Amino acid sequence: MATFVLQRLSQALFVLLAAALASFVLLRYVGDPVNNMVGQAASLADREAMRHALGLDQPVILQFAQLLRDVATGDLGVSYRFGIPVSKLLMERLPATLELSVCAMLIATLLGVPLGVWTALHRHSVVSHIVLAASLIGVALPTFLIGIILILVFSVWLGWLPSFGRGTTVALGHSWTTGLLTVSGLKALVLPSLTLGLFQMTLIMRLVRAEMLEVLRTDYIKFARARGLPEATINYDHALRNTLIPVITVIGLQFGNIFAFSIVVETVFQWPGLGLLVIQSIQFADVPLLASYLVLIAMGFALINLAVDLLYVAIDPRVRADTMLARTAS
Amino acid sequence: MSRIRFLYLSLMLALVACEAQAKTFRYAYRVDPASLDPQALAETFTLSWLGQVYEPLVGRGKNLELVPALALKWEQPDPKIWRMYLRPNVKFHNGEPFTADDVVFSIGRMKAEGSDMGYTFSTVTAVRKIDDLTVDLVMDKPNPILPMQTTSSYIMSKSWAEANGAAKPASVKNKVENFATNNADGTGPFKISSRQVGVKTMLVPNEAWWGSKEHNLTEVAFTPIQSDATRVAALLSGEVDMVYPIPQQDVARVNATGKHSVLTGFELRTMFLNMDQKRDELLESNIKGKNPFKDKRVRQAIYQAIDMDAIRTRIMGGTSHVAGTMVAPGVNGYDAKLDVRLPFDPDASKKLLTEAGYPTGFEIGMDCPNDRYVNDEKICQAIVGMLARVGVKANLLAQTRTKYFEKILSRNTTFSLLGWQPLSYDAHSTLQDVINTPREKVGTYNVGSFSNPRIDQLTDMIETEIDPAKRQALISEALSIHKAEIGHIPLHQAGLAWGVRKGVSVVLRNDDSLELRWVKVED
Repeated sequence: MATFVLQRLSQALFVLLAAALASFVLLRYVGDPVNNMVGQAASLADREAMRHALGLDQPVILQFAQLLRDVATGDLGVSYRFGIPVSKLLMERLPATLELSVCAMLIATLLGVPLGVWTALHRHSVVSHIVLAASLIGVALPTFLIGIILILVFSVWLGWLPSFGRGTTVALGHSWTTGLLTVSGLKALVLPSLTLGLFQMTLIMRLVRAEMLEVLRTDYIKFARARGLPEATINYDHALRNTLIPVITVIGLQFGNIFAFSIVVETVFQWPGLGLLVIQSIQFADVPLLASYLVLIAMGFALINLAVDLLYVAIDPRVRADTMLARTAS
Repeated sequence: MSRIRFLYLSLMLALVACEAQAKTFRYAYRVDPASLDPQALAETFTLSWLGQVYEPLVGRGKNLELVPALALKWEQPDPKIWRMYLRPNVKFHNGEPFTADDVVFSIGRMKAEGSDMGYTFSTVTAVRKIDDLTVDLVMDKPNPILPMQTTSSYIMSKSWAEANGAAKPASVKNKVENFATNNADGTGPFKISSRQVGVKTMLVPNEAWWGSKEHNLTEVAFTPIQSDATRVAALLSGEVDMVYPIPQQDVARVNATGKHSVLTGFELRTMFLNMDQKRDELLESNIKGKNPFKDKRVRQAIYQAIDMDAIRTRIMGGTSHVAGTMVAPGVNGYDAKLDVRLPFDPDASKKLLTEAGYPTGFEIGMDCPNDRYVNDEKICQAIVGMLARVGVKANLLAQTRTKYFEKILSRNTTFSLLGWQPLSYDAHSTLQDVINTPREKVGTYNVGSFSNPRIDQLTDMIETEIDPAKRQALISEALSIHKAEIGHIPLHQAGLAWGVRKGVSVVLRNDDSLELRWVKVED
């Protein structure tokens, strides 16, 4: 088991290096940060001097080597835009994004799985058809539009929920802030997490439904019925459990997606998380911050994949860590 | 029983009293100030926001007129000296007194490496402390507009900056956070009580402020809200009292609620088009071996092909001010006689092109930002359509500001849209940075390299002319030569729109600066 985890982690390291290189090369194309870092009064010579001070006039390979050296020593650099160390900025913004994505994923899972099971079991009921039709909205409408509609209805018309921000937050320990402990914080969380979770919920629901329909047709379910086992045991213990492997894979990967694609939702709701920080940094061409963010996201994906692999082992007794190892080695 | 009732009553009264006293003003802008360091970035919004906390020597009033701030009065005992008489009994937010030492220190800091504000005092060669409340600013040659140039040059506390290791502005070279980036100690009417970068900043009135109090606020909450739709929604849902800017398409909707109103004005920024007049062959064109823009008839043909009234009504929602000259009304040196456009006349335009030898027109590349100015990309698209009607095919490249400025400032451009707001609110800046022949520190934004020796000469004279009437005559002469030569094509000044809840009064100043000291919250 430990070997498996170690091997996975070393693979993740290569992924990170590749991600760092790819993001670094891409960032050459977001534009010239220097023109944002000086005011309109700066002369062309001043700008050139700053470009030189930042090392932006050096060959890309040298710049990348410098970046790797800095990262290896734990120095992510200072944000061009804020003049604050990148690590501090990312840590400040991480709690907001993490709370939002976990909430969104919880909503998606806790609603998506039961709805999927129910619509599979009651295939021909009117309610099932309505739920399935309604779920198309989640797939079809773009996230920002859903967000704006929710703001219009619940903030502007009804005045129940805030349209922007995170409400009042409470500091937990040194660097973590949470909005989960105050009423305004919880209220602020509702609309963004619904918006973010809606698409994933639809996806999970449809997947669970399809898998359930598949499993319910298999022989062992028929045998279980023939043995006279209670319906609930058959549906939830035998059938649902066997649908979970693909579902967990999707939930895991979708969590990574939610984390990375919270950019849109965070912009619409002015949610002070990583996504908002990144979208502003792209407009500014804040290279140190963007590079660190992209590597962080790559790291997140690698860790989630590892967690998903470990969950397989827990859920499916046929999958053993050694067989996983053999599979990844081959 | 009566005692309980009494307690209850007094509690209610206390609550009502609290309610009546607490006047929190909540407002939102598109972005957060880039830094709290007043010398980190010379950017209009950051400087205007910091003006609530820090103060200059000479400030600006409700109509942008010069008013005493930290200097009570200023005079020129000699054309090469500006003498500043400082306001006595002023205290920084941390309680330390303000003296001439702070002025000497702050100007030094502005001129230090890493500062973006050095240009404001660039003509000043020495700062002399005469006594604790008098400072002489010494120059090599007369600079009549120094007080105007320095209305955003804020004074910091010497002892505070030195005690916190912020005696020099943050520089990209030393990769550490500067204390002044996220902390402030000014003399202004408001002080920062808490700040989360990019999220929320709380301010409270500075009770020890020297000025007479015109506001009635007890607390201020500032939030950046980037998305236009969300910013408007926050105002309409009552979560904030004031937001700016309101996008043009939402102005009518905000006015229609009956609970909000939109204040409007015109930007001090003039939008215009650059044409490459330097290269012998244009970079992006099908005309080889010559540069059509070197021919004034071609420049005029482009000018007269553009219908600015249509852009005003169709794109700018009727809020823009159509421009005939390169400086906006409200900028010192503006001449209303020059602010008349050549008539929109596609037939004349075609005739001019034929005379110039391009009867079938030609093809050029066009650069435009899509996230820098109000409706920038839409304006460019409209211009492309209008030029097509006279046979000029412009291939539009609209891109994000970082890419756009990278391209045009390296002069790899043929035809582009740009805007200029003089930070000194004086026409000299437009002449020097946009119209003068590009050379060292001059003409940085003259990306089409328009060049006229007489204008260059006039600009130097304007820089040192002390007599206001003579100076205005020189500015008008320079601007009218530029207008006759069609060095650039002026377009318009965009409209300003601030959304305010009923019961809140603010003063809209045409430099788009919200001054908290004039805000009143009635209910």
